Amino acid sequence: MKAKHQRLTLAILALVALIGAGLLAAFALKDQASYFYTPSDIVAKNPEVGRAIRLGGMVETGSIRKAEDGVTIQFIVHDSEARQNVTYTGIPPDLFVEGSGVVADGRLDTNGIFVAETLLAKHDENYVPRELEGIDMTGVNKTEETLVQ
Amino acid sequence: MIAEAGLIALWLAAALALLQFALGVIGMRADRKEYYAAIRSVAVAQGLLVTISFILLIWLFLRSDMSVALVMKNSASIKPLLYKFAGTWGNHEGSMLLWTAVMGLAGACVALFERSLNTRTLVTTLAAQAFISLGFYAFLLVSSNPFERLSPVPKDGQGLNPLLQDPGLAFHPPTLYFGYVGLSVAFSFAVGAMITKDVGPAFARAMRPWVLGAWIFLTLGITAGSYWAYYELGWGGWWFWDPVENASLMPWLAATALLHSVTVLATRDGLRAWTLMLAVVAFSMSMIGTFLVRSGILTSVHAFAVDPERGSFILALLVIYIGGAMALFALRAGTVKEGSQFEVVSREGALVANNLLLSAILGIVFVGTLYPLFVEAVTGEKLSVGAPYFNIATGPLTLILVAVMAAGPLLRWRRDSAKNLLNRISIPILITATALFLLVLLTTSMSVLALLGMALAAGIAVASFAPLWKRNLRRTPLHTYGMVIAHFGIAVALIGMASESSFTREKLIAAKPGDVVQLDNWTVKFEAVEPLAGPNWTALEARITARYGNGEIHQVNPQNRMFASAQTQTSEAALLTRWNGQLYIVLGEGDNEGRWQLRIWWKPFVTLIWYGGILISLGGLLAMIGRLRRGYVQRRQREYAELTM
Repeated sequence: MKAKHQRLTLAILALVALIGAGLLAAFALKDQASYFYTPSDIVAKNPEVGRAIRLGGMVETGSIRKAEDGVTIQFIVHDSEARQNVTYTGIPPDLFVEGSGVVADGRLDTNGIFVAETLLAKHDENYVPRELEGIDMTGVNKTEETLVQ
Repeated sequence: MIAEAGLIALWLAAALALLQFALGVIGMRADRKEYYAAIRSVAVAQGLLVTISFILLIWLFLRSDMSVALVMKNSASIKPLLYKFAGTWGNHEGSMLLWTAVMGLAGACVALFERSLNTRTLVTTLAAQAFISLGFYAFLLVSSNPFERLSPVPKDGQGLNPLLQDPGLAFHPPTLYFGYVGLSVAFSFAVGAMITKDVGPAFARAMRPWVLGAWIFLTLGITAGSYWAYYELGWGGWWFWDPVENASLMPWLAATALLHSVTVLATRDGLRAWTLMLAVVAFSMSMIGTFLVRSGILTSVHAFAVDPERGSFILALLVIYIGGAMALFALRAGTVKEGSQFEVVSREGALVANNLLLSAILGIVFVGTLYPLFVEAVTGEKLSVGAPYFNIATGPLTLILVAVMAAGPLLRWRRDSAKNLLNRISIPILITATALFLLVLLTTSMSVLALLGMALAAGIAVASFAPLWKRNLRRTPLHTYGMVIAHFGIAVALIGMASESSFTREKLIAAKPGDVVQLDNWTVKFEAVEPLAGPNWTALEARITARYGNGEIHQVNPQNRMFASAQTQTSEAALLTRWNGQLYIVLGEGDNEGRWQLRIWWKPFVTLIWYGGILISLGGLLAMIGRLRRGYVQRRQREYAELTM
């Protein structure tokens, strides 16, 4: 192989690898990226049953119920316009309390209940999940010090 | 006065960085000996001053000086001493000062210890290093002054985020920063070499120990971070593909590629332009990581402050440095001479494959991490990319990469034949095939990826030692041992990952005191829950006994901690480590009927993941020592030869 050719071949190989990676990434993204929904988005866009989505909103005060088995909870996530029933089996995160923000990964089941696989609550009292910024937090005491952590 | 002294030291260091840059630029043109000596001492003084500034900040934290705004917001006088110390970098300003201090120190080390690089390139390198530092000094002094005073002085501070109150904080951020910033040295070397057009084996040999050093720290930092997240978050996972984790993985992938391409440049004078490119990309990834984490556009424990001004500042620095280096590369890549030739089946060929695969994986992680931010900026739609994407997209490439890793060290430089390779690698292939056969036969719960991963790892574990086969072990150079151990570490980590993902057993129950749970070979008995008080927290602690088979009975005590200062709870998982895995127990809430939630995992061989990480770092360390020692010996011999001539 001539000198010029080797450099060219390497450059082409690198390009092919990167394009291949890009295509692989785009292909996987199409299937796997989960879209973020608020309760009113779910009413408006009506995502299909079984599709991985992410739900974010506020936990309605007085809505957390524990099931008989002691490890499943049911609660309602709401925003200013809509409410969504959620069930979760597992130990909820440390800061999962009524009247505060939550982000849940999971799927809608055939009864329209959101089955959460993971729950992310805020990390501490000053933290608001990025997805929840700008959501109307009716009745929520937002502290002034959201900048400090 | 300490705060003022710290600020003055910081300003002086910034002024010296400016001087260092100016001296470098003049020295490059005038090409006179005096400038070389001057720039070296200025670089050392700059490094010392910024380190002093950082030490003074630590001192303020240790003394709980609440008149300093940063201490007030991130510390409290009742906090344990370790967290007062480590809390110095558990916030935005402190961590940026740590970054800048490490950068200054790295520059000082280059000035003090770098003897093999030619002087003109060294001067240019130090100028480039000063130029990068200047941006960070400006950032600290203009928008993130860590020494700002408060008036009136409050009685006590607001405390540190309880999730960060863990010994991990003392270790994980500094090691990671040493890695990130170490890559800035490689970047400055590349910029220096591009300007002086001096790219060749000597340059690569000078750059290699710095790349190795940064890479060792990155590896350790990522390993420590992974273990920390594993036990602190109480989710039982060791890697979440969280954007912040990816921000540390991306520089590591680039640095790993650089480490291998720099070897081609040093040994065979090939891949010149590519190596320069990788050095630029590696530090770009560090900067992008810092931008992602520090700008607050991501939410995570790492995002201390949501402040658009700071985000734009780092973004501007990123554009200037990376854009500048890329432009320089575009201008100079044509003038970099073509390296020497090689066949496809050769050591170089395998290393090129390694580089292409690592770059492809890097691209995939990059796209997955930034895609949601991009989509949100353009369409306003909020979207998240999680583990399924990353596993599907990176998994297959990783398997090919590790297969190449087994073959690469068995190939000769320049040219080799596929037949010879097959001869040398037949035993590992046989082992992989046997392992695959046995795993398919004996297990039911393994995913295709885990199955292939574990079978490959078995073969690689053996293949990694093949380079020592039939060699005189006492005369084998240290860096060869380093490579063997690092590659073996990859196999070990891979087995841990495959085992964790396939064989983990889990149980979630609401238990009354006295209840007994069976999980795999474990008998776990829940005895009681009792209150407990720590220095700045109170806790509920579960008394649990666990027994593996008919073995010894162990006490395990997971806790739920309430922190006084932050009104925050953290759950402290209890871990019981055996040689063949870890028992992981998290305590949840109690209910009115006296039941407590318990989540129990048995994770066979999970610890191999982190032992693998440690082995990889250890391999890197051996290689670095070996290279440095050989460089030193060769230099001494050269000097001796010159003397006796």
